Amino acid sequence: MRKSRTLLLCGGTPPPLRSGCWELKQSHIIAMKPLVFCLAALAVSALAAVAIGAVPIPPGAIIALLLSRLPFFPASAPYPDTFATILFEIRLPRVALTALMGAALAAAGTTYQGLFRNPLADPYLVGVASGAGLGATIALTFPIPNTFIGMSLVPVGAFVGAIFTVALVVLSAQVGRTTPISTMLLAGVAVGAFTSAFTTFLMLRSPEGLRRAFNWLLGGYSGGGWLPVWIILPYLIVGLIILQFNARALNVLQLDEEQARQLGINVERLKLILVGAATLMTAAAVAFGGLIGFVGLVVPHALRMITGPDYRKLIPLSALGGAAFLILADLIARTVLAPTELPVGVVTALAGAPFFVFLLRRLKRSVF
Amino acid sequence: MSTLKLSNLSASYGTRPVLRGVTLGVAGGEALALVGPNGAGKSTLIRAISGVVPARGGEVWLDDVNLLTLSPSERAKRVAVVPQMIHLPDAFTVGEIVLMGRTPHLPLWAAESRRDCEIAWQAMKRTQIESLAERRAHELSGGEQQRAVIARALAQEPRVLLLDEPTAHLDLRHQIATLELIQSLAKDSGLVVLMTLHDLNQAAIYADRVALMSQGEIVAQGSAAEVFTAGQLSKVYGVRVALAAHPVHGTPLVAPIANGGHE
Repeated sequence: MRKSRTLLLCGGTPPPLRSGCWELKQSHIIAMKPLVFCLAALAVSALAAVAIGAVPIPPGAIIALLLSRLPFFPASAPYPDTFATILFEIRLPRVALTALMGAALAAAGTTYQGLFRNPLADPYLVGVASGAGLGATIALTFPIPNTFIGMSLVPVGAFVGAIFTVALVVLSAQVGRTTPISTMLLAGVAVGAFTSAFTTFLMLRSPEGLRRAFNWLLGGYSGGGWLPVWIILPYLIVGLIILQFNARALNVLQLDEEQARQLGINVERLKLILVGAATLMTAAAVAFGGLIGFVGLVVPHALRMITGPDYRKLIPLSALGGAAFLILADLIARTVLAPTELPVGVVTALAGAPFFVFLLRRLKRSVF
Repeated sequence: MSTLKLSNLSASYGTRPVLRGVTLGVAGGEALALVGPNGAGKSTLIRAISGVVPARGGEVWLDDVNLLTLSPSERAKRVAVVPQMIHLPDAFTVGEIVLMGRTPHLPLWAAESRRDCEIAWQAMKRTQIESLAERRAHELSGGEQQRAVIARALAQEPRVLLLDEPTAHLDLRHQIATLELIQSLAKDSGLVVLMTLHDLNQAAIYADRVALMSQGEIVAQGSAAEVFTAGQLSKVYGVRVALAAHPVHGTPLVAPIANGGHE
């Protein structure tokens, strides 16, 4: 566990270390073992999630059907057509969307924990959740057409609400040309309280919207086939690239803002870039999935215990781990009380909270 | 070797001026100690040179470059700071923290190269913390943390080293070890060294020159013997002092007089 994150270097003179020299391992940036572990977890959970359901599809059939979609593989799968329909039109888009949401929430949570240097930080810290909630509730309860060119207005409302609220938080937190972290937290609390109160007000005004809005707030799969997947994907990819590019600066920021500045980091710009990228990813994810809690808190911490504090490893790994975690949670949400579906947010909290406590108990010393 | 020249440097917190036209020169290979009472502006001067506190006026020249016009990373290639309150995150190892000193030399996306690791390793050897490379920050004593931060500063390959109270919170043995290390960094590596010190006797022994600050201004600078006079120190610190010569080095020894000298 310690070995995989050890920086070793072969210097001119061999220093008296266990390894004989301090050599720069390839594993410095890509931690192979945790990477393999996360990829395996993602593959297994995705396979389980497409296999299990009202109509079980055997894993062999899944693999054969997937291969039949590739060129050079003759479509000779001896399986009923319903398998292909269920696989490609129902389960795969659901698994893909869930994976993208989990990846976005966990990577954003990792980023905010680093940016705020606070282990309690999650992706909803600076107003994404309350803003998305307000936007979605407006779309759900207002007597306006609920669709626009065939698309539901709820994700649009949630996305716009989330972006506006975070922008409001960041702008109201600015002191001169700086955005102090503590002010940003307080502004997040104040703006969040306001938007949540407004959301409650709207929900109570419209009894028929109340149930739908409440369901949305708890988070869950909202259907829509492949379209939401293609909409979220660019936000996630761009967001992850931006976060990964700034991951080393995020490491340096763990010293504190003044030392980071003295090491040449433009801290104010870094803060805005990280908040911007994390917000875009989170807003896109919650627009379709609702406010799924706990993924962005528990996944980064679990991975931190495996790989250590380097954000260059943590950000990509938490994206993979978050995807696997949310796929499993969604699988449980739709099977445990089938045919009734639980909101996935209920499952992530029910399963995530005890797991988190277990991790805390195992913690000998702060890994943060 | 480089020369650092502050010319008429001013800074303020809000509307309250903290530095009022500081003019000072430090040559490479020379260690200058900034002394003066709390609130005189010593730490602010260091933070203004390193660009953390914006200057309201004046210039900071390193040879022919005005540091105040440089980007943060260009400045950090030239100036390294050892801050007063050392905060090291628990989870990183000493090696990783020292390697963070390479930040200003690395493009955004790049990982540390073998050469960066070599430089970090040399810095750790210089401060004698090679054996701590894989320890985490919370396992270190105060003196070891101090040396880790100095190693990180050296890994920046700076030409100017600024230290804010490098001996605070250290016991006597570690104070002396730190001061001797700083002295050798100036002498042997040719760095421009500017440090704040509270202990006037240590400043007299270990600094080549001293500058006495009061209320945001430098009221005297020169050798310790020139600056540390009973009149000057009484005026700036508001206490009566007596001076003697160090029995070995001959540098001034400053001794306070109890009850203002009244029996």
